[in-house]
Parts: sequence; C-alpha cells; structure tokens
Amino acid sequence: MSATITAPPRAAVARGARHDGGRARRRRVLMWIATHCVAIALALMFLAPVVFIGLTALMTDEQALTSELWPQSWNWDNFAVVFEKSLLLRWAGNTLMYAALGTVFTVVSSVPVAYALARFRFRGRRLAFLVVITTMMLPPQVVAVPIYLVWARLGLTDSLWPLILPMVLGDAFSIFLLRQFLVTIPRDYTDAAKVDGCSDLRTLLRVVLPMARPAIAAVALFQFFYCWNDYYGPLLYAGVEQEKLTLSLGLATFKAFHSVQWNLTMAATLMVTAPVIIVFFLAQRVFIEGVTLTGVKG
Amino acid sequence: MTAVHAAPPRRWRGEGLRALVWLSPWIAGVSIFFVYPLLSTVYFSFHRYDMYTLEFIGLDNYRYLLQDARVATSARNTLWLVAVMVPATVLFSLALAQLVIRLKAGVGLLRTIFYLPSLVPMTAGTITFVFLLNPGTGPVNQVLAWFGIEGPDWFGDPAWSKPSLTMLSLWGCGQLTVIFMAALLDVPRHLYEAAAIDGAGPWRQFRSVTLPMIAPVLLFALVTNVIYALQYFSQAMIASRVASGVTDSAGSSFSPGYPDESLLTLPQWLFHVGFRDYSMGYACVLALLLFGTSMIFTLILLRQFRRAEEVS
Repeated sequence: MSATITAPPRAAVARGARHDGGRARRRRVLMWIATHCVAIALALMFLAPVVFIGLTALMTDEQALTSELWPQSWNWDNFAVVFEKSLLLRWAGNTLMYAALGTVFTVVSSVPVAYALARFRFRGRRLAFLVVITTMMLPPQVVAVPIYLVWARLGLTDSLWPLILPMVLGDAFSIFLLRQFLVTIPRDYTDAAKVDGCSDLRTLLRVVLPMARPAIAAVALFQFFYCWNDYYGPLLYAGVEQEKLTLSLGLATFKAFHSVQWNLTMAATLMVTAPVIIVFFLAQRVFIEGVTLTGVKG
Repeated sequence: MTAVHAAPPRRWRGEGLRALVWLSPWIAGVSIFFVYPLLSTVYFSFHRYDMYTLEFIGLDNYRYLLQDARVATSARNTLWLVAVMVPATVLFSLALAQLVIRLKAGVGLLRTIFYLPSLVPMTAGTITFVFLLNPGTGPVNQVLAWFGIEGPDWFGDPAWSKPSLTMLSLWGCGQLTVIFMAALLDVPRHLYEAAAIDGAGPWRQFRSVTLPMIAPVLLFALVTNVIYALQYFSQAMIASRVASGVTDSAGSSFSPGYPDESLLTLPQWLFHVGFRDYSMGYACVLALLLFGTSMIFTLILLRQFRRAEEVS
C-alpha cells in the first residue's frame, strides 16, 4: 500500500500531539495540585492532636474545665506543677533504666544468634528461624502466668527486673531483624576472613559488625523505644507503688490518681512524648531504614 | 553469655556444633520463656490455682470457658478489630504511601508529619485521643458543633469506643506507611510504562502491576496486624481506665472493657482473671485459647517465609 493513503497528514499528527500534550500537561498540573492539597489537609489532621494537647497544657485549671480551645493566659508553670504533683522524674529514671539496660542486653545477646542463623550451615537452621518468628509473634499474655509465678517465687515481682533480665538471652524481634540484614551480606566477605585465619568471633567483630552498623543501630533504637513505651510489662511486674512505676504506667493513672484536670494531664503527656520526638530527629535516617527492614517481603 | 564469647575449638569442623554453641543462650531463652511456660500453662489449665493452693479439677476450667460470657464478648470485640480496624489501617497506610510517593514539594516535612505520631508512646497517644474525644470539653466535639453536628460520646459510648480506637490506629499508621512506601518504590517503573502503552488506566495499573508486585509485603502487613489485633491490650485498657476515670490498682473494683465491655479483649480478660482475681488455672485456659487463635495466623506467616527462603 502506498504511504500517502495510510499515513495521516503530517499537520494533523503534529496538532494532535500538541493537543494531547497540552491536555496531559494540564491533567498533570491538576493532579499535582490535588495530591498536594489532599496531603496538606491530611498533614493538618495528623498535627491537630498535638496542637490541641499543647494549647490545653497551657490553660489554667478553671479554663481546662470549659470547652474553650484557646488558652486565655499561657501557664507555663503547669509543667512545673506536674513535677510537684507526681513522681515524673522518678518514673523517668525507672523507665530509663529499663530501656537502657534492656537495649544493651538485647543487642549484645541477639547479634551472635542472628549471625549464627544467617551464616552457619547446620541441620535445623530453617526450623530455628521459624521458631524465632513464632516467638516473635507470640502474644506475651500466652505464657504470662507460669513466668509470673517463677519471678514471684524468686521475689523479683514489684520490680522491673523480670522485664530486663530475659533480654540477656536474646530478643526474638531483634534476632529476626538482624538476621534479615545479615543474610544480605555476601558470603565472600566472611569466607575471605576465614581464609585469612579469622575465628568465627573475629569474623563477626571485624568484618560483619562494621557492615551491620545500620541494622544494629535500628535494632537498638527499636528496642529502646519498645521498653520506653512498654505498658503491659510494667503493668504486670512493676507493682502499684508510685515510686516503682514507669512513665507510661504513671501517665495512665495520672489523671485519676492525682485527681487533676486535663491541662496537667496534657502537660504530662507532652513531657513523656518529647524525649521520643527528640531522639527521632537526632536519628531520623536510622529509623526510616530500620522500619523498611521490618517490612521485608515474606 | 560466656558461651558466646568463647571461640569454638578448631577441631569442630562441622558447623552444626559451632552453631549450637552460638545459639545456646537463645536456646536457653526459648526453653525458659517459651517451651517451659507453654507446657506449664497446659498443666495449670487442669487445676485450680490461686498462688497458694493447687487443686486438680480436670476439665472444669474448660467447661467454664464455654459458659463465660466475657469470652464471647471479647471474641466479638476482637472480630470487630480484625474485620474493621485492621483493614482500615492497612488500606489507609497503603493509600497514604501512594500519596506520599507522588508528592514533589515538601516531601520531607510531610513524610515526617505522617510518621511522627507512630512514635508517640501508646499511653500518651491513647490519653490524647480520650481527651480529644471527651464529650464535655473535647476539641473534636467542639469543632463538630461549629458545623451543627452533635458529636457522640466516643469513648463513653459502646457503639463508638471501637471506632475511636480505630482513629487512634490510623493516626499511628506511620510505620506501616513507610513499609508500603519502600515496597511501592521497589516496583520497576518500566512495568508501569508498559502497562500505560497497553492503555491501562490508573486503576488498572494498580490492579495489574502494583498489587501483584507488593502482594508479599501486603500479606505480611495484614497477617502481622491481625496477630497484633488478637493481642490488643494496652490501648483498650488505657482508654477504658482514663475514660471511666478509675485507676486500676490491686484490690480496686475496675471492670475491664469500659464502656459496657465494648473494649474488652481476650488478653485483658486473661490479665484480669489471672492477675487481679488470681484464678491462675482458668487464666491458663484463656491463654491456650489465645495461643491457638494466634498460631493459625502465625502459620500463614511461617509458610510465607518458607516460600521466600526456597526462592532465595
């Protein structure tokens, strides 16, 4: 067939293309505006709770009883009153001990286990990994009764030790996360170390650890946050005395126990949340990389 | 701990023995904190035990399970969480991730705003929502009132308490959103281009390209969130306590699941039975029920992982 019949006039092609291009561009611009508007609206909704907490935290006791949203006067000393009314500093100290010791124990005990699971070839290796996942997903309440009885017999209830000590023997979630990272390190590196006469331990310390630093940082952060935020564990073990509570436990009883208004409760809430947010801004990248690691394809 | 740091002797050529040495602290941990208590839970489930006297009562605890109205209530509540809260959270996170990866301006700031609430301590987040939604002075009902809408009683109303917690869950969806963002960005661009050339619109592209590519991540997220819903405890407990204004300390008459047991979940009931009423034997039966249901979903997860291991 001749070209003159099948090919549309060149001008029409050009016009059509320009026309389509214009429409596509206009649609792209509209889409751009729409997505950004939706995103900003959502962001405002995500921020709103924080704004309302902040505003309420600064109200007077009287105003906190009203339905007004904007403080008439800015009562910064509400934050000081929280310290007077409750043992906030004591709670923070307890929480810090739990989180710091828990994190150190977890990292030291979980790294070798994760390394062995990721590198050694042995029978039952797959089974061991499945056990890690099973214990990771196990609701903590399932085994709570017998474990509680053991700690009670040892006289360690009414303290945070039943929560801290088990971490000496490894934490399933941390092992899982580290293992997922360590399997991605090419065998060549560890094999080369072996050829150079490195023991397993030296290989781990000199070759693997430097490469695994981001994963270890993520695990440490996650564990620290887990302990810092933990409510169930301290509820079970910390007892009821005010001096022995953690921040989350103390905060949960703060309003009713100290019969205070929402303004002080919100001030306390802000102070419990602030450290977490500060740590996030200091270690933002570690977080995002770590979270991505948890979403590993099944 | 010493076992970890001692370098295994050279004569152990097989990696099996070395693995055993390296894994021994963890194996001890699993034995002490998983295998032993699980067997012990089965043992106690046939007994009446209040921490002082232990009495064998056969299947009585199991018989009581069938009559326990609280168990039926918690099962219904959990079913609601699995059927509504989990899908809502997963879908919302996925939609939010889709939105964020399309943003061109202000990405860093917006991403941070969406992510931060997921870091807020559970207690702080829950108390915040109880405050925001409290019917007397809560900002949400004030704002609704500007539009002439009379807001419900939220955490004080059995019909609205679970939706209120769902909003809390949506607010804290940042982790899941980041996971989905990573998965979405992993989808090769040329697949979309090929689909577009074949004339696939946005919805068709999502169904035929995005969904199959992120299916493993999506399944992982769904299953883990279902398991978390089965063990739902802290948020419900804190919301009940703060909204009812009762502190739960030993000896107090706090009834879990306020309002009207609408927030009662199996783990909370177990906690109450075991550690407030000290009916340890019956608590163990509840524990086994919880174990059974969560194992069903854990098995799905394990199968998924085994498949992934075979591929790699």
